[in-house]
Amino acid sequence: MDISSVFFALVTVVAVISALMVVLCKNPINSALSLVLTFFCIATYYAMLNAPFMAAVQIIVYAGAIMVLIVFTIMLLNIRVDANKKSTHQVALGSVIGIVTLLLAGIFLSRGKVSAPVGDITNAVINNTGHTELIGKVMFTDFLLPFEITSILLLVAIIGAVILAKRKLS
Amino acid sequence: MFDNVWLIPLFPLIGFLINGLLGKKIKNETVIGSIGSLAVFASFVVSVITFLKLIGLPADERSVNVKIFSWITAGNFNADVAFLIDPLSCIMLLVVTGISTVIHIYSIGYMHGEEGFYRFFAYLNLFVFSMLLLVSGNNLLLMFVGWEGVGLCSYLLIGYYFHKKSASDAGKKAFVMNRVGDFGFLLGAFTLFWWLGQNHGVWTIQFTELAKNANLFPTGGVVTVITLCFFLGATGKSAQIPLYTWLPDAMEGPTPVSALIHAATMVTAGVYMIGRMSFLFIRSPETMMTVAVVGGCTALFAATIGTAQNDIKRVLAYSTVSQLGYMFLAMGVGAFTAGIFHLMTHAFFKACLFLGSGAVIHSMHHALHHIHSHDDAQDMRNMGGLSKKMPLTYMTFLAATIAIAGIPGFSGFFSKDEILWQAFANPLHGGLNTLLWLFGACAALLTAFYMFRLVFMTFHGTCRIKSGAEKHLHESPMVIVIPLLILAFFSVFGGYLGIPKLIGDVFGGIPNYMEHFLAPVFANANEYIHAHTHHGHHSHALEWGLMALSVVIALVGISVAYMLYMVNTDIPKKFTQAFPGLHRAVFNKWYIDELYDFAIVNPCKALGRLLWKGFDVLVVDGIVNGVASIVMSFGGVIRYFQTGLIYNYAWTMAFGVVVIVGYYMFK
Amino acid sequence: MDNLSSYLIVSAVLFSIGTIGVLTRKNAIVIFMCVELMLNAVNLTFVAFSRHLGNLDGQIFVFFIMTVAAAEAAVGLAMFIAFFNNRGSIDIDDASTMKW
Repeated sequence: MDISSVFFALVTVVAVISALMVVLCKNPINSALSLVLTFFCIATYYAMLNAPFMAAVQIIVYAGAIMVLIVFTIMLLNIRVDANKKSTHQVALGSVIGIVTLLLAGIFLSRGKVSAPVGDITNAVINNTGHTELIGKVMFTDFLLPFEITSILLLVAIIGAVILAKRKLS
Repeated sequence: MFDNVWLIPLFPLIGFLINGLLGKKIKNETVIGSIGSLAVFASFVVSVITFLKLIGLPADERSVNVKIFSWITAGNFNADVAFLIDPLSCIMLLVVTGISTVIHIYSIGYMHGEEGFYRFFAYLNLFVFSMLLLVSGNNLLLMFVGWEGVGLCSYLLIGYYFHKKSASDAGKKAFVMNRVGDFGFLLGAFTLFWWLGQNHGVWTIQFTELAKNANLFPTGGVVTVITLCFFLGATGKSAQIPLYTWLPDAMEGPTPVSALIHAATMVTAGVYMIGRMSFLFIRSPETMMTVAVVGGCTALFAATIGTAQNDIKRVLAYSTVSQLGYMFLAMGVGAFTAGIFHLMTHAFFKACLFLGSGAVIHSMHHALHHIHSHDDAQDMRNMGGLSKKMPLTYMTFLAATIAIAGIPGFSGFFSKDEILWQAFANPLHGGLNTLLWLFGACAALLTAFYMFRLVFMTFHGTCRIKSGAEKHLHESPMVIVIPLLILAFFSVFGGYLGIPKLIGDVFGGIPNYMEHFLAPVFANANEYIHAHTHHGHHSHALEWGLMALSVVIALVGISVAYMLYMVNTDIPKKFTQAFPGLHRAVFNKWYIDELYDFAIVNPCKALGRLLWKGFDVLVVDGIVNGVASIVMSFGGVIRYFQTGLIYNYAWTMAFGVVVIVGYYMFK
Repeated sequence: MDNLSSYLIVSAVLFSIGTIGVLTRKNAIVIFMCVELMLNAVNLTFVAFSRHLGNLDGQIFVFFIMTVAAAEAAVGLAMFIAFFNNRGSIDIDDASTMKW
């Protein structure tokens, strides 16, 4: 067992526990903070996968922007504790579905066989050229049109958010 | 050469669009009226230019198709938006645009202050546009577009005062009656197209092409069917027996509309159509006979009704029906030129009469309104002695009346006398000729009588308007009087375009311009007449004699009217008392409306009610409601799945995903 | 560490936890956070496969998913605020206008 495996296991423990905390905490603020921790773990995974740009984006966009927005909303609406009682049969049903999902994924994984790594973008290439540059090249050549369309999506989202939050239905 | 012909219908269309779409915003009556009038005047100018160009061509080349664009092409069927410029359409263009211009100008004064002023002008322009399309289209389909267009516009304009029930009813009546005729037109067009294509491989609806292939048609047989269908269309549009009853009711519209419908547009469409299809009509003796007889009967029949009406516009309306009868009589006896000529002269004097009566009504209405009286402003019994109050209107009205009565020297004389002579002398109908002539002559007598009755009752004698109102009667403004003067001028002198050869020879061989000009159009039909009939020769003495006789008839009619309504005014009353049944029948228009109601309208209504109560309510509604209730009960069952709770939906969705993924994994 | 299977297992576990959260919690914001968690689990799969297959397309995809998530966050949170303004809570049980 090499050091990286140990580190992986450690991160995984943190990730799973914090993910469970997201679901189990009564206070939404706690859930949100646990989610931030999960996001950091995932960013760590990205770094371990030799995808430093994705790790950075993960932290900036998710842990930074989106989570700030969520926390901000929670505080703005002054939501403290999940006051409503959970209906037990709903929890049971949800858990069953979740566990069945996990089982399905497990069966899927156990059936498959992992091939040897293929493709041009090997660790060597990434280390020589730099991950960000590689991503940038692909993004602005092959994926230029989707990239531009994304900007329109964001614009629409901004306008939509403004309209929705501004209007007071009565 | 005729590249800008398309401008003729375009101008009124533009006027219609501007006034129709923006009129409500413009509001200014002068601007709206000017736009409407200018649009029609512009197309009049283009028509005149076209006419001059046409005159410049040699007589046998005066038939030009101007294609604007291909409209419909489907298999063998071709319809272009194209105009046919020939003497006939040119005369129609001039008459329609010329008279419409005058009427438009008149309307500015007449409709002053009316609600929906812009609407009126928009409709008028659309009306003129449709009519121009009708007379200038070079194929049956384009003609039919105009044909339907004038029907629609007549509905809109007759029902202009739509808040008045009688007006909207009259509009509907006109529309429905016209639709009956249109149906005939369509059947005729279909049969014509199909028969010619099926039997001779000539698939065309173009007039010039049809005329070129006229020799393919047999005499009688299918041609009779086709032409009778077309003739049904013509009776609807031109108010002939049996479809004439809408025209008198069209009086509900504003007076300029009546003038437009009666003089320049709409009713002349049927006559024009027969003229345009003369090469076909002439090939069916039965149809020609029908046209002549229907025309003669209508002329006489409508004239009898005209003698007993008290509403000034109603008298004129029956007079129009009667005069249209003359035109059809002319068409039916193969005197196409005479028919078109009468159409033209009639357009002048009838427009003048209607606009004159409009001026009278306007003035009467104004005066009665002043003293807050609710007397009928159109009832001649309330008028009398107006000649002193409205001298210019009186003069123009009198000129037009003399013209319609057929006094020599005035336009009506030339055209009417030509028709009567042709009715007598034509080679088509043999023994029936005398009868046709007699019908025409009797109608002429009655025409002279009732027209002068109208003049005497309206303009002469003592003023019978409610006391106090007479000092408010006065001449109309210039915008109304000037159109009257223009029309009166043409009513008097318009006839000199078609002086009969007989009279022309006396005055040193003045040619009959009308006949020469129109000759190429009717060449085909006339050749056929010459080839297939025995042309009996009639002496000049006979023609002179009949001419003198018709003048005498007119004079008799006038003097009788003078006797009854100027000298001895008790006689009409006594006559009415002596023959109450006859008077009542004539006054009530021979109960034709009631007959139609009884025989056609009410059975149709009953059938409609039956279908409504029986079929619609039970079957159609039953099916619809049945489907709805089935859906509802089904929905009542499955709505239990729609809990409205979000987590139920989420749960169902997740469950579905798991099931599908599981299925693919284990299959 | 380049072992594909371990990343996929972690991803599956996180995804299942997210699913359970979505299905069991009633606070709309918490549900929203669980959806984000599921999205991140999928992102992890994408990146892991992308690295394993030596192709950058998967990472580009992740990038787009993040964009969509950002847009979703903006609109979704705005909706929550609007909903809260109307109902005084963000409990999804209160979104019951459609309930028969």
